[in-house]
Amino acid sequence: MLSTRHIIDIQDLSAEDIALILDTAESFKEVNERRIKKLPTLRGRTVVNLFLEPSTRTRTSFELAAKRLSADGVNFSASTSATVKGESLADTAETLSAMACDLVIIRHKYAGSPRLLTRHMDAHIINGGDGMHQHPTQALLDLFTMREKLGRLEGLTVGIVGDISHSRVAGSLVPALRMVGARPIVIAPPTLLPAAPEALGAEVATSLDEVLPELDVAYMLRIQMERAEGMPFPSVREYANLFGMNSARLARMKPDAIVMHPGPMNRGVEISSAVADSSRSMILDQVNAGVAVRMAAMYLLLGGEANASAS
Amino acid sequence: MPVLLRGGRVVDPAIGLDAVCDVVIDDGRIVEVGEDLKVAGATVIECAEKIVMPGLVDMHVHLREPGFEYKEDVASGTRAAAHGGFTAVAAMPNTNPICDEGSAVRFLVERAAQRGKVRVHPIGALTVGLKGEALTEVADMLAEGAVAFSDDGEGVQNSGMMRLIMDYAKQFDALVIAHTEDEALVGRGVVNEGVISTRLGLPGWPAAAEDIMIQRDIRLSELTGCRLHVAHISTAGSVELVRQAKAKGLRVTAEVTPHHLFLDEEAVTGDYDTNLKMNPPLRAATDREALIAGLLDGTIDCIATDHAPHGPHEKALEFEVAPFGSTGLETALPLVITNLIAKKLASWSDVARWMAVNPRTVLAIDDVRIEAGSVADVTVIDPEARVEVTPEFFESKSANSAFLRATLLGKASEVFVGGRIVLRNGKVVD
Ligand SMILES: [Zn+2]
Repeated sequence: MLSTRHIIDIQDLSAEDIALILDTAESFKEVNERRIKKLPTLRGRTVVNLFLEPSTRTRTSFELAAKRLSADGVNFSASTSATVKGESLADTAETLSAMACDLVIIRHKYAGSPRLLTRHMDAHIINGGDGMHQHPTQALLDLFTMREKLGRLEGLTVGIVGDISHSRVAGSLVPALRMVGARPIVIAPPTLLPAAPEALGAEVATSLDEVLPELDVAYMLRIQMERAEGMPFPSVREYANLFGMNSARLARMKPDAIVMHPGPMNRGVEISSAVADSSRSMILDQVNAGVAVRMAAMYLLLGGEANASAS
Repeated sequence: MPVLLRGGRVVDPAIGLDAVCDVVIDDGRIVEVGEDLKVAGATVIECAEKIVMPGLVDMHVHLREPGFEYKEDVASGTRAAAHGGFTAVAAMPNTNPICDEGSAVRFLVERAAQRGKVRVHPIGALTVGLKGEALTEVADMLAEGAVAFSDDGEGVQNSGMMRLIMDYAKQFDALVIAHTEDEALVGRGVVNEGVISTRLGLPGWPAAAEDIMIQRDIRLSELTGCRLHVAHISTAGSVELVRQAKAKGLRVTAEVTPHHLFLDEEAVTGDYDTNLKMNPPLRAATDREALIAGLLDGTIDCIATDHAPHGPHEKALEFEVAPFGSTGLETALPLVITNLIAKKLASWSDVARWMAVNPRTVLAIDDVRIEAGSVADVTVIDPEARVEVTPEFFESKSANSAFLRATLLGKASEVFVGGRIVLRNGKVVD
């Protein structure tokens, strides 16, 4: 059992919770390698995917996770415009509450929206990404992948490269790494750093090349190419030259260092095709871990200990 | 019928008064101030252990009428003002329609005369529709009763326009109240840029977005000679700029809100409580300390609430899209008593200066003194009253207070407006 009812902020979890989720995910991953990938664990429980911001990858991953645990998974679409006239998120929460669902996964473009849900319903909540804030199951699947490939988490040096200021992935991953005893370094031009990166618990570097030899993991973030506020760097070309992962840079890393990316990639921008498709790239392993980790999170939140077939 | 306020501590720094004595009110005026007064047939209100001072003035409120009566209206807003100990408020023009011409000013004056519990002083817009593009008819609005001009809610972005406004206002010696916000720097910002914006993943609003505009407006005040009042000052940098402007002898004044004085950004937590979403945002602890210091050393002239009522359905939205603002009229005095008087950081004379004397001077409105002959706008304060800030506590239509669930010390017990009693034993008189 987890020490929390919801997974909204990675820091809702204790270090023990994280270890429990990763261990549980390991056994679920084994299930996912069977021919019949289904457990009866959450039969009769209702899991709602409330994706108010498009994300095929994350939604599919959660859907698969729910299906493999035999939960009734439903997609609930609601208005994303928070207006006085339209239905608000609070209204949506009340509606879902009336439908007596057990677990809601919410993806929303505004930070804090999962917390808002908890004020209007009793279901368990998993944050599937809220604005620029957090995406805790992404952090968990990243930890899972690092542990699996490198054999440990404690003492790893992880460089997170790119748009730190707008990244909910970084928002969860940095504190998660701190919780498991790893050393996060955020690496970006100052225009892509948040106001107080130290508040997340990360070291800060503005040169990828300087820290490259220290890294066990180079975690490349997706660069958003169009922005309302104006481009935070002069050109994609200059960004790729300074902060892109390519074969030359990979060669300067430790021999067993790995490269990760939360997807979807801009090939040739934050990561070259050669690196993305190399054996050092963990991108597909991350996707694979995602289903198992989300199964573990759902299973543990819904207190599936009654028929703990996993483990 | 005369009223005798007996045995209170009477404080009026404008005339150097701080003594235990009696005050007699009759026919709308103060008729006598002295010891052991006897008045035949008077209603006696015992004021022992209480403070009697000139009626408080809140020079920055949003009454929301016309256009947003579901949030507040003149009747409910002025009830809230009376409940908070105020005898007068100045109302910002961002209503619908916007108060940007004489007829809109007249509407508010008339509505206040019919339904207001306390005095209402309209503030006209600086630019037509608050768009920052065209001058408003300042002379006409002054003639209808406007006391100042502001595009509050919007900073005037164009420096040339602001210069034009101040040049024009100068001929009437009109007061320009500046909402200082450089929009390009603020961007989508909703909380102070720094630790909290980073941790909560919310767009940050840098302090520099205020400092830069204040610097500009002070310089324009120097250029034009126009009187400038800085609304809701929130940063250490701004306080320093106002301090320097005053040292230079410029005609610059400033106000601060109780929420900026008594809360900082750390109040905004992972709960994303939208009652703590303000414009300008709650700042860092160092800013808060600078505001307190600026208030105590006279750099900041007034405490004003920026009373900004909103409907519960609006504040129930996600933090990034919920409207800015917190109610303030009913908690301001208790907060000042709890945080400054009870902690012996300020005297009752200070409170009277910040909340009664200086706002009247800045707005150049009705002189009120606790002396014979003065208009009887009087606030009596019970410094020992306990205030539980619950949704039921408010006379305002809205309960979007940043201080919900707080327990505060001290409250207005009686309020007289032109000799008429509008608050008695802490309850609004109907
Ligand atoms: Zn304002």
